[in-house]
Amino acid sequence: MPDDDLIQLTNSVARVRGTFRVNGEAREALYKPHTTLLELLREDFQLTGTKHGCELGECGACTVLVDGVPVLSCLVLAQAVEGQEVSTVEGMADGPTLHPLQQAFVELGAAQCGYCTPGVLLAAEALLEDNAAPTRDDIKLALSGNLCRCTGYIKIYEAIELAAARIRGENAEPRNETLYGY
Amino acid sequence: MATRKKPLDPGFRRGDDRMNPTYAVIGTARPKTDAPGKVAGQTLFADDIVLPRMLWCKLLRSTQAHARIVSIDTARALALPGVEAVLTGADLPIPFGILPVSQDEHALCPDVVRFVGDPVAAVAAVDEETALAACGLIDVVYEPLPVIGSVDDAAVTPAPQLHGYADEGNWHKLVHLQFGELDEGFQRADLVREDLFLYEGNTHLPMEQHASIAHATPDGRVTIWSSTQTPHYLHRALSKVLDFSPARIRVIATPNGGGFGGKSDPFNHEIVVAKLSLVTGRPVKIGLTREEVFYCHRGRHQALMKIRTGVTKDGAITAMDFESYLDGGAYGSYGVASLYYTGALQTVTYDVPTYRFRGARAFTNKPPGGPKRGHGTTQPRFAVEVHLDKIAEELKMDPAELRLRHIVKPNAVTANWLQVGTVGLEACIHKVVEGSSWKERFRKLPYGRGLGLACSSYITGAGLPIYWNDMPHSGAQIKCDRGGGVTIFCGSTDIGQGSESVLAYVTAEVLGIEPADIKVVTADTDLTPVDLGSYSSRVTLMTGQAAMQAASRVRDLIASAVATKLDVPADRLVFGGRRVFDAQEPDTGLTFREAIGVAEAKHGTLGAVGSYTPPRSPGRYRGAGVGPSAAYSYSAAVAEVEVDPDTGIVRVPTIWIGHDIGQCINPALVMGQVEGGVYMGLGEALMEEMAYREKLGLVHKWPSMLEYKSPTTMEMCDVITYLIEDPDPNGPFGAKEAGQGPLNPVMPAIANAIYDAVGVRIDEVPMSAPKVLKAIQAKAKGKDPRYGPTGTPGVTWPERTYVRTPAQGGNGRD
Repeated sequence: MPDDDLIQLTNSVARVRGTFRVNGEAREALYKPHTTLLELLREDFQLTGTKHGCELGECGACTVLVDGVPVLSCLVLAQAVEGQEVSTVEGMADGPTLHPLQQAFVELGAAQCGYCTPGVLLAAEALLEDNAAPTRDDIKLALSGNLCRCTGYIKIYEAIELAAARIRGENAEPRNETLYGY
Repeated sequence: MATRKKPLDPGFRRGDDRMNPTYAVIGTARPKTDAPGKVAGQTLFADDIVLPRMLWCKLLRSTQAHARIVSIDTARALALPGVEAVLTGADLPIPFGILPVSQDEHALCPDVVRFVGDPVAAVAAVDEETALAACGLIDVVYEPLPVIGSVDDAAVTPAPQLHGYADEGNWHKLVHLQFGELDEGFQRADLVREDLFLYEGNTHLPMEQHASIAHATPDGRVTIWSSTQTPHYLHRALSKVLDFSPARIRVIATPNGGGFGGKSDPFNHEIVVAKLSLVTGRPVKIGLTREEVFYCHRGRHQALMKIRTGVTKDGAITAMDFESYLDGGAYGSYGVASLYYTGALQTVTYDVPTYRFRGARAFTNKPPGGPKRGHGTTQPRFAVEVHLDKIAEELKMDPAELRLRHIVKPNAVTANWLQVGTVGLEACIHKVVEGSSWKERFRKLPYGRGLGLACSSYITGAGLPIYWNDMPHSGAQIKCDRGGGVTIFCGSTDIGQGSESVLAYVTAEVLGIEPADIKVVTADTDLTPVDLGSYSSRVTLMTGQAAMQAASRVRDLIASAVATKLDVPADRLVFGGRRVFDAQEPDTGLTFREAIGVAEAKHGTLGAVGSYTPPRSPGRYRGAGVGPSAAYSYSAAVAEVEVDPDTGIVRVPTIWIGHDIGQCINPALVMGQVEGGVYMGLGEALMEEMAYREKLGLVHKWPSMLEYKSPTTMEMCDVITYLIEDPDPNGPFGAKEAGQGPLNPVMPAIANAIYDAVGVRIDEVPMSAPKVLKAIQAKAKGKDPRYGPTGTPGVTWPERTYVRTPAQGGNGRD
């Protein structure tokens, strides 16, 4: 626990002004320099689609993209991303149309409680950006930092494969075994 | 096997479901109704809610495992700028707890702390940093008390008692039930085998950390949004502890970011924020840290188990004697029910003609155990299924064959008076045996690779409510809009399992409209009829039945009005394809929207309520309240493992699982529940474990997601799922549960597969590499090729409750 001096120090820290780009929009904030990107997004910008499960970089729920690269927003200082493009789940859809990954997650039940989903979607988006036809092992590796306690990951893999096929222009439909079992 | 249909085109016009058993909605895979909001990041979880002038709450938690609070000085905290209120135990003196028999918790400890993490004070401040800083300024003086670190400690330390209401010393609860003549049963046996098993405690680890926000308003009301699976029980606890009329408390359960049982108790932090809001007149929020979630716990009890079974040469069980010893942690929680559950469902999988259960739950200075997915049945299922594998080995029988021969009969009443309904286990076993090429591969794979099989059964909702009364367990209300929309209100809580969607599907099926036409309002004690909560796999069956009744009543009202309008007998009307029409002349009809108008003109404002109470179970003895259910689901699993004999590391490439679901309401969601259950079982089998530093004040060894190991994508196995449909008359459209049962066969199937792979028995969960390696090394030295417990603590069992079995002509009571 902090002692009195540390409390004084924390309270007296001067706020800094910063300019950010989030989901293609310019945003400004006046924030304490120790603010994390997670806190900036959720508390300053009300972008609560980005979740937190540990705030220690262990679970992946807070994954967002910085210049297209997945980062754990709980471990990144807001200051470090000034001037870079931050992408959150709120920016994935094209207006009212869900991103193919989001659509496939809906169709297959890849989001159960939905709490890890934003982070998983962004990790998946970054994967598909690099690799349009990932193998199952590629997907597992890309998502190895995202914990999900509901799905056992299987519907997530299948949804990413379905979305990847559709993004490649294939007329892909869910497999019967995915929806009804063997 | 599940019905294989293409997802329906939304414009589909269906036929008459009265004439044709094919449903329009039920049984077809389709999206969850709440999925779009979740993938868009728009679903508001509790911590996403922000209210104007909101204060932040932080709890100061005990650093001691067991101590008397000598003094608490909050003056320095209160003096910190930005601090609005500080509470201690004296401010919330009324105890609470989920079970009426275990009202042993306080929102803030008034005099004694019982585990590291027990809350002693609470701060409300303008921001989280200030609240945290203020907690650091609260001075607590503790006087340490003797620490009980284990069940063994509790057995030999009757004083001081953690709770004065315990059955004996620090044994919270002792149970002794006997059904039929056990000795006679053992005498009839050709083989009697006894084994000991240990199942370590583990926790739910939901992705969402618990969060709550309370808002007391000047009109004398208080509203709380909380990540709870049981808004009804939170409502009760708040009313009791705050001494506040429940009519002026509104509980809104926000969508839970995972529950698995971990958000089923009313929690101290929920009561604290409500009190702080009442004191300050401002909204107050708390969001627990991950470390604090480990202190909430209420997860899987550590269970030490002894099982002795008599069997005939063909594997028929003649008698079973089961003992369990549970590490309950510091409070009662659901523990009395958890304890009974460790002895309840042994009899509903295979025929067990005589049975004895003795169980003991100890109080220890750890976070309390409670209900985790499979509640109390998971540990004994591990024991029973590994034990049966050993029996099959001794009898030189195929373990699948042994099970197939002795499956409990449909509609049987078990020795302990549980009423079984449909039993789809045989088909489950056949499917996984076939899928895994069991007959070609079992006991035939090279050293280091193996297959193992196990089965299980689970309740579809508890037969009795937590507070025994004659009121329904679930209620639903339907309101029809002139625009053709239908709103259904129900107290159930969506924890990711899809309970909101189930309400929409069932209502849509009955009214012949589409799920998209239905708005679902849930989990709000001001707006929705009571549903007891998302626990015991009860929601699909019970809310489904309540929704069906409400929808059928609305349908009857509409039919009577449309019959008059069209001059067609009401019983000839069909509801389908968003129309109400004559079965004989389908072109004669009204749109659903027109039909509502006609019905509203005839009956007035259109709506109905429905409710559901499970059938009364035949058991009448003390303890018969735990185990009864309207329907039991069945599962069978085969696991394939690869064991590295040099390291003991176990890898699971594939699990085949068959699940008897009765009838899928939405097969895609059933698949998700089954796969999720297998995943969680895999974690329990191989790595998940609550552990404490016994020599360092009993602090939690790894209260973090990094060190409490759970499976990532790199550990998760392939899952081949078979859904077995055998509709149960008690389920809505025949549906049974899927949320918990499929977890149970996973751990024993893996243990049995390890034996097939390397010839050692791991009688302890988790089956982590060091344990496997020790057993392999013991085998190499010619010692007992086993890792597991070797004894049980001494308990003086209470006098037995003897109940004659149905076969003895018993009455269910004595």
